[in-house]
Amino acid sequence: MRDIAIVSFVQSDCVRDAGARNEVELIMPVVRKVLDNVGLESAQNVDFTCSGSCDYLQGAAFAFVLGVDALGAVPPIKESHVEMDAAWALYEAVLKIQSGQAESALLYGFGKSSPGELPIVLSQQLDPYYLAPLWLDTVSSAALQARAMLDSGEITEREMAEVVARSRKNAKSNPHAQLKGDVSADELLNEPTYLSPLRKHDCCPVSDGACAMVIATVEQAKKWGKPYAVLKGIDHRIESAHFGARDLTKSPSTEAAAKAAGVANGPIDIAEIYAPFSHQEIILKKALGLGDDTVINPSGGVLAGNLMMASGLSRIGEVAMRIINGECKRGVAHATSGHALQQNLVAVLEGA
Amino acid sequence: MSDANKEALEPITGIESPVYLDYNFTAGQATARFLTKVKEGKLVGQRCPSCRNVYIPPRGACAACGVATNEEVELPHKATVQSFTIVYIPIPGNPIKPPYVIANLVVDGANISFLHLLSECKNEDVRIGMRVEAKWKDPSEWGFAMENIQYFAPIDEPDVPAEEIGRLKDA
Amino acid sequence: MAELAAVVGIGQTKYQTKHKDVSIAGLVRDAAFKALQDAELTWDDIDAVIVGKAPDMFEGMVMPELYLTDALGCNGKPMLRVHTAGSVGGSTAIVAASYVQSGMFKRILTVTYEKQSESNAMWALSNAQPFSPHLNAGAGGFFAPIIREYMRRTQASPEAGIKVAVKDRLHGARNPLAHLQLPNITMKEVEESPMLWEPLRFLESCPSSDGACALVISNEELAKQSPKKPAWIRGTAMRSEPTMYAGREEVSPRAGIDCAKDVYAQAGVTNPRKDFDCAEVYVPFSWYEPMWLENLGFAEKGEGWKMTLEGATSLDDNGDIPWNCSGGVLSSNPIGASGMIRFAEAARQVRGDAGDHQVDGAKLALGHAYGGGAQFFAMWVVGSEKA
Ligand SMILES: [Zn+2]
Repeated sequence: MRDIAIVSFVQSDCVRDAGARNEVELIMPVVRKVLDNVGLESAQNVDFTCSGSCDYLQGAAFAFVLGVDALGAVPPIKESHVEMDAAWALYEAVLKIQSGQAESALLYGFGKSSPGELPIVLSQQLDPYYLAPLWLDTVSSAALQARAMLDSGEITEREMAEVVARSRKNAKSNPHAQLKGDVSADELLNEPTYLSPLRKHDCCPVSDGACAMVIATVEQAKKWGKPYAVLKGIDHRIESAHFGARDLTKSPSTEAAAKAAGVANGPIDIAEIYAPFSHQEIILKKALGLGDDTVINPSGGVLAGNLMMASGLSRIGEVAMRIINGECKRGVAHATSGHALQQNLVAVLEGA
Repeated sequence: MSDANKEALEPITGIESPVYLDYNFTAGQATARFLTKVKEGKLVGQRCPSCRNVYIPPRGACAACGVATNEEVELPHKATVQSFTIVYIPIPGNPIKPPYVIANLVVDGANISFLHLLSECKNEDVRIGMRVEAKWKDPSEWGFAMENIQYFAPIDEPDVPAEEIGRLKDA
Repeated sequence: MAELAAVVGIGQTKYQTKHKDVSIAGLVRDAAFKALQDAELTWDDIDAVIVGKAPDMFEGMVMPELYLTDALGCNGKPMLRVHTAGSVGGSTAIVAASYVQSGMFKRILTVTYEKQSESNAMWALSNAQPFSPHLNAGAGGFFAPIIREYMRRTQASPEAGIKVAVKDRLHGARNPLAHLQLPNITMKEVEESPMLWEPLRFLESCPSSDGACALVISNEELAKQSPKKPAWIRGTAMRSEPTMYAGREEVSPRAGIDCAKDVYAQAGVTNPRKDFDCAEVYVPFSWYEPMWLENLGFAEKGEGWKMTLEGATSLDDNGDIPWNCSGGVLSSNPIGASGMIRFAEAARQVRGDAGDHQVDGAKLALGHAYGGGAQFFAMWVVGSEKA
């Protein structure tokens, strides 16, 4: 894979309810800022634009169509959309650049989950004949997974609480985080269970917001004269939709993606992992092959704020910005989709 | 074979599995401001700071320029028919009887059309360029909705040439 | 630079109002399996799967590719889901091609589908939005005023729309997969069919269908080893513009013009009417044939309707540039797949594998899709030769 430069990344605050703001009003500020950072006027100044969103979050078909209003797409632009997290929009843009059809791309993801009941909306991702009619929501399927982890002895409830405590602590330095603060594992373990064995704090909050990124070939980034991080590898894999066909305590799709993306080709300083539930961070850390010398989720991760359809791209952006700022040399970012970590994407980033 | 067995062998080709999801829609800031004015019987659009075109209903952005719009412009209640269709099928949940006219209307001073009903004339007399005016419901019925205007009706003014409808005039 | 990519397998289900014989998974698997059979491959030969479809609300499933991975043999592989409104079938084929063109994948499977009979699509498209007047009378209500404006500008004979409705159904009667089978349709029958959205009549509008379409796309090396003739992808292009903006040209959108120019330049097409042997173009309402003839540069401005009336686009009239030999969207319309069917049918033509609707000796063909308020465009050019 040809090196790709991540030049600019912007994320909005994670808020529980963005109120009256619609899609365009959510997208426009982050798109404006990410373009300004590179000194670009509009989507006209990049070769390709791609976004990620999900109609069902806000309950309106073609939600992404309005997003085009935020781009300045007159004259018309080369543009595409995935009904997935925007991390996969990045993947589509990477293919375009690899094939020589583009030198630069604008990416954005947005989610307004507050209008609906997110876990219940996502129950309709399941097999429509057997599982969706049972309304098995995402918290329940994660609870099944956590139970399998605990029963197999892979984790303890204390380890889960420690993940949450660290997330809240790390999020204190993240201005966009929704949940942050100092709380001990002991205090967390005193909380009642919500959906056993999960406690409320084991689950990510529901957030509204958006993020945007500009990438380019290394040559183009140099022409712009902006600092950048290098995307060295990216890969994604999916697993069966049937819980019974999977070992929920492991993430073979993450393992395969990590291998293909080249995670093991060097030491990893930081990792931003898209783990909406505390126990999933432990599964993913193992699947990514990360040791204790890797700093996990320095931003607080999605337990501190989860922008559906944008959080995956945000993980990659978080790592990129820390590399650009000189906080670290090599990092890994991860995105997930579906119930109980069904689909996973892994990206490896390095300094220029 | 007993009747019960026959029934058991009837192939199942589908199940009913209704999906109920509740949403609290939000209008968006620009639409919310627009509808607040519509409740007062006013049509207020927004002007693009960049290309100066006026959007109504405003959507918070000029889609051509990709910039936010803020400047409000109150517009008259007269409009021109940019195009139209005569619909022969009922709208689900709407009492209006087909055939009825749905027109793309450009309000005077605006540079974009919106859809609304056209009435008080023979369907075959409707034409592109025709001048019309909003017929508001009784103020007691006004809410946060474009339905405050019951429909648009023709007025006795000369037609506007098609090329001029909705075009930005040099100020 | 870009790897060459080619279509080496094509699979389509029969298009019909209701596919009660299969589940959604069964429907996509049927098309995918047929594409693999056509390419003489198995599931193991596929490196990634790219799924496309129109809004999730059509079937009431959220991100259905997550559920369809099992049916598409994708477990352990990369799965991507494209959604670009009505143009999605075309954009999905283009994204799928870029997997191979990037050099990162050797051979991929792409599938698009719609099974509207499992939900209420009219509801999904026009469920009352609380803040806009509920005047939505379906897609026809949106496009009819634009068609009226085309007719005003060009002073087109009303016969042109009727002619397209007849021509595409006669083409469809040659294609056993087409949903509508109307081999005896007449101009009079179309003219007398109920008016829905004046000037659009019932028989001038597309049906609503269940169906799926799949392609196997491979790199040059594997395409050369393929048992059947490949369709070489000679160019791909996409363009988007906003739904509404001041001064927007709606009859002949600039996004369509720009997209065509881009894809023609890649394929070395300078005179589309002469250079192409046929075209599969997204025509859901009859009048969009003359409108797209002009938008895509097959006819001079204002002359598209004359070309249609002269029979230039008809197989039965021995036209010089047949459009929609498969019957087009007017004969089959599983929305999410409709764009890919255009792309697939263009490929069938240059592979010489289009059965009774084959254009003799077709060497170069255009596949076209559009969506939203005629604002999203996707096109590809396929050829029997690499260049
Ligand atoms: Zn403007």
